[in-house]
Amino acid sequence: MAEIKNPDIENIAEFKQDLINKRLQSGSLIPLLQSAQDSYGYIPEKIIHYISELVGIPAAEIYGVITFYSQFRLKPLGKNLIRICEGTACHVNGAKSILTVLQDELGISVGETTDDGVFTLQSVACLGCCSLAPVIMVNNDTHGNLNHDKIKRIIKKYKSDQKVRVA
Amino acid sequence: MKTIKVGLGTCGISAGGQLVYNKLVEEIKTKNLEVELKETGCMGMCYEEVLVEVEEDNGTFLYSKVTPERASKIVTEHIINNAPVKEWIVKSDEVNKEEDFLKNQNRIVLRNCGIIDPTSIDEYIAQNGYKAIQTVLKNSTPIDIVDQIIKSGLRGRGGGGFSTGMKWKFAHMEKADKKYIICNADEGDPGAFMDRSVLEGDPHSVLEGMMIAGYAIGSDEAYIYCRAEYPLAIKRLKNAIAQCEERGYLGKNIFGSGFSFKIKIKEGAGAFVCGEETALMASIEGKRGVPRLRPPFPANKGLWGKPTNINNVETFANVPWIINNGWDKYAALGTEKSKGTKVFALAGKINHSGLAEVPMGMTINEIVYGIGGGIKNGKKFKAVQMGGPSGGCIPASMGDLKIDYDEITRTGAIMGSGGMIVLDETTCMVDLARYFLNFTQNESCGKCTFCRIGTKRMLEILERITEGNGKESDIDLLIDLAQKIKNGSLCGLGQTAPNPVLTTLQYFREEYEAHIRDKKCPAHNCAALIEYCIDPDLCTGCGVCARECSSNAITGKKKEAYYLDTALCSKCGKCFEVCKFDAVIKN
Repeated sequence: MAEIKNPDIENIAEFKQDLINKRLQSGSLIPLLQSAQDSYGYIPEKIIHYISELVGIPAAEIYGVITFYSQFRLKPLGKNLIRICEGTACHVNGAKSILTVLQDELGISVGETTDDGVFTLQSVACLGCCSLAPVIMVNNDTHGNLNHDKIKRIIKKYKSDQKVRVA
Repeated sequence: MKTIKVGLGTCGISAGGQLVYNKLVEEIKTKNLEVELKETGCMGMCYEEVLVEVEEDNGTFLYSKVTPERASKIVTEHIINNAPVKEWIVKSDEVNKEEDFLKNQNRIVLRNCGIIDPTSIDEYIAQNGYKAIQTVLKNSTPIDIVDQIIKSGLRGRGGGGFSTGMKWKFAHMEKADKKYIICNADEGDPGAFMDRSVLEGDPHSVLEGMMIAGYAIGSDEAYIYCRAEYPLAIKRLKNAIAQCEERGYLGKNIFGSGFSFKIKIKEGAGAFVCGEETALMASIEGKRGVPRLRPPFPANKGLWGKPTNINNVETFANVPWIINNGWDKYAALGTEKSKGTKVFALAGKINHSGLAEVPMGMTINEIVYGIGGGIKNGKKFKAVQMGGPSGGCIPASMGDLKIDYDEITRTGAIMGSGGMIVLDETTCMVDLARYFLNFTQNESCGKCTFCRIGTKRMLEILERITEGNGKESDIDLLIDLAQKIKNGSLCGLGQTAPNPVLTTLQYFREEYEAHIRDKKCPAHNCAALIEYCIDPDLCTGCGVCARECSSNAITGKKKEAYYLDTALCSKCGKCFEVCKFDAVIKN
């Protein structure tokens, strides 16, 4: 996952290059926003204004595009992103009770980040590994065939990994 | 020399395929073996992942459920000592444990998936890849190609089912300085993963199909609109495009024919409505993905106002096969009005979840019981959900229905892109309808009032029914709203959003009535309408349920029957899940 950086455009050479490369092409707004999010982990307000000036699209319109698509975030993420699959196969295989356990264990609801910034919980429409339902994805790792026990063990593992890193 | 192939589609990786692959790399290196290790795409048998195939002089051996430990043993026993580990083999010349799954399949779209290395253009070429485009450029005029595709009977595999050849013809006939081809790879239906597997397992077949379409309609530029949730598919596509550009298969003057073509990838940003073609084009143009009125159709005025032809991944992947094998061979498969094969993503309460490609016209029962291996845990088959949020539920009593576009539409469901979720007796149909409405309500772009507000109202009604607060008039109100949403919406999302409710009402009305009148959920699924209790005769007094209960509702002494206080119970279901003696009962 992209580290959260100070939204200072000058520091992100790669993003700047992308801006230069893409702004001349039509239809470049979404790729630009994707590039910004890759660089910062989210889309800072400052960047919206910056892009607006460069491509000549009003900031309000850019904001409209950002909020239309579920991929874009206006707030930074926690260190670990947990995505729970809400696909049909997961739904009929008990995703709801998995979500209850997750929320209990983390003390947050879908869309929220824990106070210590360690976990963000999101739901996704379908991760596409229906044969492993119910499924969650933590960062880039998929965990399938879940039950209450397995979920608790997974959360515990990430929590203790976090402690090790801090120590 | 032996070859080892590891299935590394998303399903394989999720099941731990990468770890197996890494282990094999390590073993081959430390033991200094002369073995070729390759990755391949989805083999279809997702329920057996991780799959590893060993190819040698004595044939091929397919191992299932491989772990890193098992991989080490396969290396020692099979690769070094030439003694295949029989107990883990699911398919070889002698063993075929997968016969039921494989015997009635006919792999056209999936012809190379799980066979070739998707990162190698040479392996695709070795399977007659890029032969069709060369034939076309050498021997056929564009209108010949359009004609062949029309005669093949190929219909749009994204769900609409419109004749692909006719679509090409409309775009072909338009006169313009610029035309576009778009591949719709925004596979958004929950429970559908056919296109992803094709893109991951055989990206070149899609590119070749797009080139042929480009030549047929007179376009020199194309986009693949792929959902960002498919990072591996995007990676494999980028790699495939780069290989083609390097060889001159994409670019200017392809195969010396004077035909030029380039393909770009656009990553979606997460909006289900962008699967609708006009919304998709708006998204490529960098705008909010909001659909617009048709006509004008994309074939007349599409991307940036230019004539555009949009097909989905599976449709394009069929095209090279049709050219290579002849339209008549394709048209010989399937039913009168639905030709060829269809890939289905089987999932839900079924033993063999995975990808199956069958000729059109196969019955639901043949797929569920034959290929799918029946229902999980010996439960009763209740229905199949087809077409995702735009589709509907077909009850088990109609299991002999032949699957083709028109038959499925007659039931009130739609063929859709091919997601087939199997449901058993524990699935509540009212809850399932609520689930889909929740999805469409979230994904409605908000342009049309009926879709924006109507789906919200329908969802509220379904929520109160599942919570036990349904009113007698609710069913009529749902039907009334459903009709109005269908009539009052501009695009497919709204026009089909009520289908899950309408089909469950049509076939399972008594379940709605049980929720509303008796305050009971016949499937014992809706939390508000069930009560947990402990059967004292079955309870062994192990105390596991009491330990798990976070509301302290379960009390008792060890080795005596425990007691569950329903007044304290939060109905989370943990006790039900952990009890090994089936002593926790849902009423």
